[in-house]
Amino acid sequence: MTGHAIDARALTRRFGSFTAVDAITFHVEPGEVFGFLGANGAGKTTAIRMLIGVLAPTSGSATVAGYDLKTQAEQVRRRIGYMSQKFSLYEDLTVQENITLYGGIYGVSDRDIVTRTGEILGRIGLEHAGDELVRDIPLGWKQQLAFCVALLHRPAVVFLDEPTGGVDPITRRRFWELIYEAGAAGTSVLVTTHYLDEAEYCRRISIMVDGAIAAMGTPAEVRKAVGAETLDEVFLKLTRPGTAA
Amino acid sequence: MRAFVGFVRKETLHLLRDRQTLAILLLFPVVQVLIFGFAVRTDVRDIAIAIVDPTPDVATLELRERIDASDRFHIVGVAPSARGLDPQFRGGAIRQALVLPAGVERRLGRGDSLPVQLLTDGSDPNTGGIMQGYATAIVERWYRDAVPATGALRIEARARMRYNPTLESSHLFVPGLVAFVLTIVSALMTAISISREKETGTMEMLLVSPIRPTAIVAGKVMPYIGLGFVSVLLVLVAARAVFGVPLRGSLVLLLAESGLYIVTALALGIVISTKAPNQRTAMIAALAGLMMPTLLLSGFIFPLDSLPRVLQYLSYAVPARWFLTIVRGIMIKGAGLATLWQETLILMGMTLFLLAKGSRGLAIRLG
Amino acid sequence: MSDDPAVEAQGLVRRFGDDAALHEVSFDVAPGELYGIIGPDGAGKTTLFRILVTLLLPDAGTARVLGRDVVKDLWNLRSRIGYMPGRFSLYPDLSVAENLGFFAALFDTTIAEARETIAPIWVQLEQFAARRAGALSGGMKQKLALCCALVHRPEILFLDEPTTGVDAVSRKEFWDLLARLRDEGLPIVVSTPYMDEAIRCDRVSLMQGGRLLVTDRPAEIGRGYPRPLLAVRGSNILGLLGALRGFPHAAAVWPFGEALHYTDARRDAQVEQITRELAAHVQSAGLSGVSMSPIAASIEDAFMWYMAQEQAA
Repeated sequence: MTGHAIDARALTRRFGSFTAVDAITFHVEPGEVFGFLGANGAGKTTAIRMLIGVLAPTSGSATVAGYDLKTQAEQVRRRIGYMSQKFSLYEDLTVQENITLYGGIYGVSDRDIVTRTGEILGRIGLEHAGDELVRDIPLGWKQQLAFCVALLHRPAVVFLDEPTGGVDPITRRRFWELIYEAGAAGTSVLVTTHYLDEAEYCRRISIMVDGAIAAMGTPAEVRKAVGAETLDEVFLKLTRPGTAA
Repeated sequence: MRAFVGFVRKETLHLLRDRQTLAILLLFPVVQVLIFGFAVRTDVRDIAIAIVDPTPDVATLELRERIDASDRFHIVGVAPSARGLDPQFRGGAIRQALVLPAGVERRLGRGDSLPVQLLTDGSDPNTGGIMQGYATAIVERWYRDAVPATGALRIEARARMRYNPTLESSHLFVPGLVAFVLTIVSALMTAISISREKETGTMEMLLVSPIRPTAIVAGKVMPYIGLGFVSVLLVLVAARAVFGVPLRGSLVLLLAESGLYIVTALALGIVISTKAPNQRTAMIAALAGLMMPTLLLSGFIFPLDSLPRVLQYLSYAVPARWFLTIVRGIMIKGAGLATLWQETLILMGMTLFLLAKGSRGLAIRLG
Repeated sequence: MSDDPAVEAQGLVRRFGDDAALHEVSFDVAPGELYGIIGPDGAGKTTLFRILVTLLLPDAGTARVLGRDVVKDLWNLRSRIGYMPGRFSLYPDLSVAENLGFFAALFDTTIAEARETIAPIWVQLEQFAARRAGALSGGMKQKLALCCALVHRPEILFLDEPTTGVDAVSRKEFWDLLARLRDEGLPIVVSTPYMDEAIRCDRVSLMQGGRLLVTDRPAEIGRGYPRPLLAVRGSNILGLLGALRGFPHAAAVWPFGEALHYTDARRDAQVEQITRELAAHVQSAGLSGVSMSPIAASIEDAFMWYMAQEQAA
């Protein structure tokens, strides 16, 4: 036991001769909002798929929510939440049906489902939309709802894969306020994003390049370490060393 | 012209790149031939038959020998009386029994009537009828050979199965398979390939180009015409190699008619794809809307005469019905265009109608 | 190159069932202009683009592209427009070269004839020529799609969200390519949900809910911000957010990177006065170590302001 929400040690995944994730070591503390950044194809998605227990590591080890990824994958899966860019709600079910379904899958008691449904809908302003089909509610709300549903079973860690892609700037900020609140309530959040300004909202960030972690720390530390003014510049310097302006 | 060639090339590449689908498409005709030829065949072999012969003599021994010599029968027992047959039927030990009267040779010599009883397991009426036919044929021939010609006029009623004298069912299923395989390969693949472009958004790129939708579709279906011909040849070669099914008529005519039917099936696929928003709907529509009628309403599985009147009328609208008649005519009867022109014209009319409907359904815009 | 405006849209309306995807959208694009339509998913950008590239009919209003009517002159326009749809719309099972060759053939041309036009992109793609399009990285896919949209040497380019889902560096490279094409005189209309990309355009329209909120040069849009705006920094961001929103004169408070952006509701209040009052307010809320300074509004500040106005109306 390490007390970390995520503790990855030399976590590696190879596909044939291609090393998608190359011995990454990092940890996320309880209640921490951690930005998991990198270019397309840098290995973020592969790393996340290992950490949520759907892809076996080739070597290395990790604990998530205190459980070993290799030997206790079942317990890990019960203690985490996951939301992907193609949000995980069923479009042809109502808001309430989606919540009940996920609650049932994660073994949330019926009474808790009822009280938490009230809390969720009240928090994101969808009180009157419980019986509407998910496909009929606006995109911004869908994403907030998907996030709340991923938190329904009170997981220790929640993984968000590009949760804000394409969302308007106001909804995007409302979403980040939800993330802050989850962090303040003790849930660790690991989030990927292509909006570098959002990376500034994270307590710490890591930047993956070619499967390895090229920089890690608070946004200010990373900027200083790389010698750049903005995270945009950091990103450019790390991922295209030759072309940095 | 460049665009058309480009389309044919691209569509061929799609077909070649998707190895799994291609393998299935090429194996499909062969596997169908084997399944229908071996598993679903309706001719019967190796029938266990019992003979009841109260007074064995030269004539009955001759008959028993003839029965045993046929590869359709093997005699499992000869008994003096019919007692004991029932339990053997029920237990499945025998499927047929031939009960001869006493004094056969004497009766034959006198020219008396010969009351022969043929008992057949009728639990499967189709097989029963076929077994009955085989046995009757052997007995009749033996009787004819045994009775010396008397000069008196004998009227003999006999049924002969024309075109398929040995009742080989593998000959009958091949034309049906040609129609079935062509419908699946051509209509289904066309419907899927067009609806896939809609589903993945590439249709948007095609529509904004100066190419007319009819040209898009014409280019897209070319490789499937080729694939259709390959399928027909595969069925014919497999049927000939494994079951010795002959082609009595002209191969050129058969291929030409197949070409016509391929276009019919492609047109059906196009019509489906203009209505279906995605691959899944297209696939279900093609399977439910085409496969079932092709199997059930074309005369392939069930003889059209045995269908209820309503379904018989409905079968007139099924292109496979006409194509099946054509293929049976060419393959089994050796018929030519002189006898098949009506069916051919009907099929052409249907094809033109479907092509017109399909091309009208092609939108030049989205939504 | 003609002197007609590249695009003239007048009162475009498009409904889907009862929902209006476009409400009377009007704008024009000058010859050789790089024009941005900036807005989130669901703003109506794709519907607008599809009308302009002749794929969709408007329910009302007119649009001319290169001086031709998008409804009547469909076939003339289709050979002159280059279009890149929002979804990755190439064939994943064909190689890079095969995709490009196919789209060249579609427009009755060849890759060789287009070589000069596509050269700046092709140099980056050439090393992947034999790779299946489906196996390319997000950034490379977008470059291939751009290449395919350019292969018939169009007179105008419409790019619908070309950089969505692409990492920051690939996005920058993509915009560098667009700038090159614009410099060669090609008018380009491009849509994006990323506010920070607006500065790469000559002019932009901010779009939300099927309406254009504001149209101007990117620098002017921030300058037109109608209220005092301050950046507020502190260690307890969540607490600070709550405190600032509780201030009676707050019009809007949003997190912006490491700071919060505070907009005061009073149009003519002096920055010194606001700073003083705010400092007292956050102190009374028990927060310390808070610093604040007036800042110029970004496109994103402006977008959020106009969007909130629109929603309130």
